[in-house]
Amino acid sequence: MSAEKQQAPREEVLIRAEDIHLSLAGREILTGVSLEVSRGEILTVIGPNGGGKTTLLRIMLGLLKPDSGRVSQTRGIKIGYMPQKMHFDPILPLSVRRFLTLSAPRPGEALVRALAEVGAPNLLDAPVQTLSGGELQRILLARALLREPDLLALDEPAQGVDVHGQEELFDLISRLSHELGCAVLMVSHDLHLVMAATDRVICLNRHVCCTGHPGAVQADPAFLKLFTPRTLTNLALYTHQHNGHRDPATGKECNHG
Amino acid sequence: MDDFLLRALAGGIGVALVAGPFGSFVVWRRLAYFGDTLAHSALLGVVIGFLLHINLTLGVIAVCQLLALLLFLLQRRRGLAGDTLLGILAHSALSLGLVLLALAETLRVDLLSYLFGDILAINTTDLAWIYGGGGLAFFILVLIWRPLLAVTVHEDLAQVEGIAVDRINWGFMALMALAVALLMKVVGLLLVTAMFIIPAATARRFATTPEGMAGGAAGCGIVAVVGGLFSSYYWDTPAGPSIVIAATLLFTIAFLFPGRRT
Repeated sequence: MSAEKQQAPREEVLIRAEDIHLSLAGREILTGVSLEVSRGEILTVIGPNGGGKTTLLRIMLGLLKPDSGRVSQTRGIKIGYMPQKMHFDPILPLSVRRFLTLSAPRPGEALVRALAEVGAPNLLDAPVQTLSGGELQRILLARALLREPDLLALDEPAQGVDVHGQEELFDLISRLSHELGCAVLMVSHDLHLVMAATDRVICLNRHVCCTGHPGAVQADPAFLKLFTPRTLTNLALYTHQHNGHRDPATGKECNHG
Repeated sequence: MDDFLLRALAGGIGVALVAGPFGSFVVWRRLAYFGDTLAHSALLGVVIGFLLHINLTLGVIAVCQLLALLLFLLQRRRGLAGDTLLGILAHSALSLGLVLLALAETLRVDLLSYLFGDILAINTTDLAWIYGGGGLAFFILVLIWRPLLAVTVHEDLAQVEGIAVDRINWGFMALMALAVALLMKVVGLLLVTAMFIIPAATARRFATTPEGMAGGAAGCGIVAVVGGLFSSYYWDTPAGPSIVIAATLLFTIAFLFPGRRT
């Protein structure tokens, strides 16, 4: 399905980064990174820690200025954002209801509906500090969805969630993005969990190592070089369980070097 | 009751009403040291106001505003840790104030009244400043309440959701500077931060919403002002420090009661 999508005529591009360079304190974080997300597609940026994934996402969202290169967004698109490492200080009393309406007032029914969509009903009046890792990620997703976004920008959406919950969460993201017709730009440090939920993968280690359909990326030498044998063992296990999801021969497009 | 005591009560209550909501943001945003820095610069404002023959409160407000703007600009370009920067500014501003004070030979101010406040000497002009300036600060705070809270909870998320984060942050710092200049009158520059954080921390024990905490903090502040003035009137204790001790007592009592779990 996703392989066909890639070969189909270019869809409307929602957000595009061109030739992004960024150094922080003399250290190169990103060199010549280009990326675009089209309407309705799920794009996952993977790569090792320190590879610049979160930095790239922050640049695309306008939270960080690159040294050179440009980011363009289609005029008038709405972005729902799930940041990394949300922490709630216990000194601020805040219910889920208030958290969901921080940037704009919304009717109660909309809040109830959003919580039901992400599978976290009955949490509306819970203090945010009492949420478990999985509940917190679902609440963050609900806040992003309430904006009726054209694009969801998710930074490690499954952090702090146990393995079973992670799979559920990625299934949920994939299902909701199809139902709501919004594109997803997602950052993750491991490929094997996001495989089933993604149309296209970009492997980033300061530069774009390889890009393409998840199955193709997984077989790419540039990708294999980045991940340790241990990671690959996990990957192989996962591939065994889920090999119906992709065709490793298509969608490959390597521009390494 | 004596007139001066009535004015002191009116001024103290006005200041507590402002300190409640602002103090809540001070603890939510971890700005205790920022408030301290603004307060330390206030003495410089007094001296400058005197040298330029302008209203001293106006001098304090002007210097605090300048410092808030400077801090805002400096903090946008990283490089120095926030509290290092605050420490440098706080103590150099205080020292500059003290040096200028010594150089201005004709100026004989009661330093203690600026360090620890002089609530019993509040006159009707001061009351006008407290209720006029405090009312303005409170009104603008209510206007920016929702976006400010969003920025307080998560700055990046607020920015992606279309909130003008820089404008809100700067606006809040400017309001804080105004609030500090007014609080100075009651508890003095060394104790301003106490009026921000102790009532707010007390109110947290019982609050379930941000607004509840802000209102509760204002209430605790009023009780502290009344308690402190009572002690000052009957036992002749210094008023500013007595108010702070009353606030601390209230905080301690609140801790003896079982609070709500977060």
